[in-house]
Amino acid sequence: MPQRPIRVLLAKLGLDTHTVGVTVIAHALRDAGMEVIFTGLKQTPEMVANTAIQEDVDVVGVSSLSAGHMRNLPRLAKLLQEKGGGDKLLVAGGVIPEQDAPAIRAAGYAHIFTMGADTREIITFIQDWHARQETTAP
Amino acid sequence: MSGAMQPLAAEAIAGKVAAGARLIRWLEDGDPRGRAALRDLYPHTGRAHLIGITGPPGAGKSTLVDALVAEERQRGRRVGVIAVDPSSPFSGGAILGDRLRMQRHAADEGVFIRSMGSRGQLGGLSRATFDAVLVLDAMGYDRVIVETMGVGQDELDIVGLAHSTVIVNVPGLGDEIQAIKAGLMEAGDIFVVNKADRDGADQTLRQLELMLHLRTRHPSGDDWQPPLLAVVSTRGEGIAALVDALDHHASHLHDSGGFEARLGSRSHHLFLGLLRDGAARRLMEQALDQPEIAALVEAVRSRRIDPYSAADTLVARIHLQP
Repeated sequence: MPQRPIRVLLAKLGLDTHTVGVTVIAHALRDAGMEVIFTGLKQTPEMVANTAIQEDVDVVGVSSLSAGHMRNLPRLAKLLQEKGGGDKLLVAGGVIPEQDAPAIRAAGYAHIFTMGADTREIITFIQDWHARQETTAP
Repeated sequence: MSGAMQPLAAEAIAGKVAAGARLIRWLEDGDPRGRAALRDLYPHTGRAHLIGITGPPGAGKSTLVDALVAEERQRGRRVGVIAVDPSSPFSGGAILGDRLRMQRHAADEGVFIRSMGSRGQLGGLSRATFDAVLVLDAMGYDRVIVETMGVGQDELDIVGLAHSTVIVNVPGLGDEIQAIKAGLMEAGDIFVVNKADRDGADQTLRQLELMLHLRTRHPSGDDWQPPLLAVVSTRGEGIAALVDALDHHASHLHDSGGFEARLGSRSHHLFLGLLRDGAARRLMEQALDQPEIAALVEAVRSRRIDPYSAADTLVARIHLQP
């Protein structure tokens, strides 16, 4: 019986050093049966893109609790496309001002989880996306 | 083998990272496309030096691997890493944290790091670890380093997988001798005391030295004398000596014919394992439908026959077609 857990990369871009939120999410996803990889802090978009490709994750979740998201998030999406990782689900979270959201979504992020998002909401979002992938896969 | 190569296999052999990464995923998930690709990759394997890093939890294996990768890169080698962490037996999920200590290599195109959950396997590796090693070998990485889950007992799958097995220990785990059972002592090709700047390091080194003197020969009958090295991974101290020792071991294996022999025995075991699983699966698929089995199950439940005799009755009736 093949086991196919959903694989998720959780990444922190730029100079943000907050880890509590990402730790809580990592444990929640693990308990929902997913394999979770965390990049650690102070990552560049290049490092996150390479990691996502090497780990062949289904989902890349980027958390940003400091400025820089308008530069880093689109750059990561572009690098993933270039390196052959365009099929991954991209989601963002953290402190992203309302006026920046349309640009982030246009860059390829399927959803932005704002502060206070319930981990169950995140799990459901990922699982629903994954179920749709499975049914449309060749 | 005739016909076109599996497209991703061809890309992986050409060194395309995304292709190799996807193949590992297929092999890990039991996707049949993985098997098809492996058929094409297999003739391109056998070149990489496969290095196993094992030891008890908290020994600093990931940090050691990080330092090892840095030193191998200094020497111009391309490095693949597979790091195995335990999966939760309850949810099947996992937090794969080894990579965190190696992330400085994420921007280096000469390094490929893959995290794997154990997915229910004991012994420090996952079922697909060997397959992933083959993929990285075929992709042309000169060194493939496998970091096991923290073991310390006799469950040592890594020995059957690596050319060179490095056993990592640290001072202060209490009774070190407990952490290094006989199986580990026999299996190691190189012994490392990590965090050697800590109190008690001398004592740990002395204990290990004594145990190495008492050690029985390597199961393969090899006359290699395992070196014992003190390192401080976080500062890179002793890492050059470790890579020297690994290189020395690799040339020892080449000279003695052990390089191919170890690979050969690994493939042999894999083949036997697959044969066992496949044969069992085929038999069970055909057998479980039969009313006779249900009757035997009921007989065992009601204690009219013991489980061993019940199984023997059926196994005795299996015949291979000529």
